[in-house]
Amino acid sequence: MTKTRIMPYLLIAPATVFLLALFVVPLVQTIALAFTDNGAASLTNFRKMAGDLNFGLSLRNTFLLVLAVIPLQLCLALMMAMMVQKLEKGRDLVLWILIIPLGISDLAAGLVWLTILQDRGYFNTVLNMLGLVDGPVNWLSYEAPLSLFVGVVLAEMWRATAIVLVILIAGLQLIPKEYSEAAEVFGAGAWTRFRKITLPLLKPSIQSALILRTVLAFEVFAVVYALSGRNFPVLVGEAYAWQHVNQNNGVAAAYAILVMVISLAATVIYIKALRTKPEMNP
Amino acid sequence: MSAASVSPGLRRLVFWSGIAALCAWVIVPIYLIGLGAFGGRTGVFRWPKNLLPWDATLSAMQTFLAVEGVWAAALNGALVACLTMIFSLLLGAPAGYALARYTFAGQNAFRMLVVLTRAFPLAILALPLTVTFIRTGLYDTAIGVALIHTALALPFAALVSSSLFMGIPKELEEAAWVFGCTGFQAFRKVVLPLALPGLAAAAIFAFVISWNEVFAASVLTVRNKTLTAYLLTVLAESPLHFRFAGGFLLILPSIVFIFAVRKYLFAMWGIANR
Repeated sequence: MTKTRIMPYLLIAPATVFLLALFVVPLVQTIALAFTDNGAASLTNFRKMAGDLNFGLSLRNTFLLVLAVIPLQLCLALMMAMMVQKLEKGRDLVLWILIIPLGISDLAAGLVWLTILQDRGYFNTVLNMLGLVDGPVNWLSYEAPLSLFVGVVLAEMWRATAIVLVILIAGLQLIPKEYSEAAEVFGAGAWTRFRKITLPLLKPSIQSALILRTVLAFEVFAVVYALSGRNFPVLVGEAYAWQHVNQNNGVAAAYAILVMVISLAATVIYIKALRTKPEMNP
Repeated sequence: MSAASVSPGLRRLVFWSGIAALCAWVIVPIYLIGLGAFGGRTGVFRWPKNLLPWDATLSAMQTFLAVEGVWAAALNGALVACLTMIFSLLLGAPAGYALARYTFAGQNAFRMLVVLTRAFPLAILALPLTVTFIRTGLYDTAIGVALIHTALALPFAALVSSSLFMGIPKELEEAAWVFGCTGFQAFRKVVLPLALPGLAAAAIFAFVISWNEVFAASVLTVRNKTLTAYLLTVLAESPLHFRFAGGFLLILPSIVFIFAVRKYLFAMWGIANR
């Protein structure tokens, strides 16, 4: 049966070659690009990166964003998922509405929140109707870093909670109802059942949602750019600027390496922190 | 016992207001960018704003579509997304089939390679590709951008199709062999029709991934930009109502596509994360 022995390799060969060419090769090239200067190994690019005025700021901003957005997003998605699970009528419609942002790009999400938060936008209009402001207030300027930060957090939560929700609902569907029902028989309240049964059994889903979202959150860029231009520097935004404005792809690659190392570190931390024993899986 | 003392009517009211609030949180911002997109110049500068669509005109959107480059970028974006869809399925589905039907040495290594891509910010790895693409003539072409977008969509397509094929009993295929079908015929006539809806959903998701991706698309193109990349480049110098019209145009296909694949999304993600 040589045919069945060769067959699987023939089937995976195209995908393997492709991933080697467009994932592994660029990865090695990025590393090479970042660690060389005019063909010689050097740390010049990293020195230039660290010496840049925006570097510290963008590093800080990116971390603050991830630290604010991810936990809020997880809570919001958990709340959505638990509420949707309770629905009997209209579940499909509500679910569709809640996952619409899954298809919306970060750039579009930034533009959506720009209509709301710009100085002559809808947020100020509502504040005006309530008598809280007299005229247009600029929430997204360089001088208002806090409201700018809140604006970016809102846009990110609006856009990317859907993917967490989808993963959580997919996970919830795998948990047998009997566990919860048994606990109810023994007198466990709704909160206890959520904390002691649903949450632990949902851990694998939460883990993959967190890994996926955190890696993407460290790549945040277009939302911020749409809302504020370069008023709120973030890491990938700086990489884009070094590539496009300064035409220096060495430093851009150094930023890429930095983002990659941070993403990988986050992934490892999640895998260690949320380890589940196989026998605990539903 | 405190929860029980609240009347069921009140509890239901609170529950449904919560659901309504969550839906409004998603829908109202989309409605508002719609107002911005169709409000034109007058709508954008009006203060305070109308929360109802009194300023909306079709001409505002027409003006935007008439801007040089917008249509071309929209078409180019759709072309790149279609190519991504085709590439990721052509490469991913056979790999998925292999993972589902065969046990072979290196299976785990391959699975690892596929899953590993998820821990990397793939789009950023497009940076060094500019040089390679310029050399090979792929720079600034739809195919070039589609290739890097396929790297984003392929792992997903492979994992999803693997579980789709796993869900189709091997016995069906074997029965077809018994009746004289060749391996490929059995696949085409028995397995493929059963897997088709799921594969279509995975393909549409690949389309959405590509349509929305902005970093690689902007880095790898100059003239032939996708709509997302085009909007990013002209963002700083375009007036607000243009940005809103562009944003709305970006959102529109996504809403339709998510509607089309809504039934499969949960199953797909449940599977892709195992």
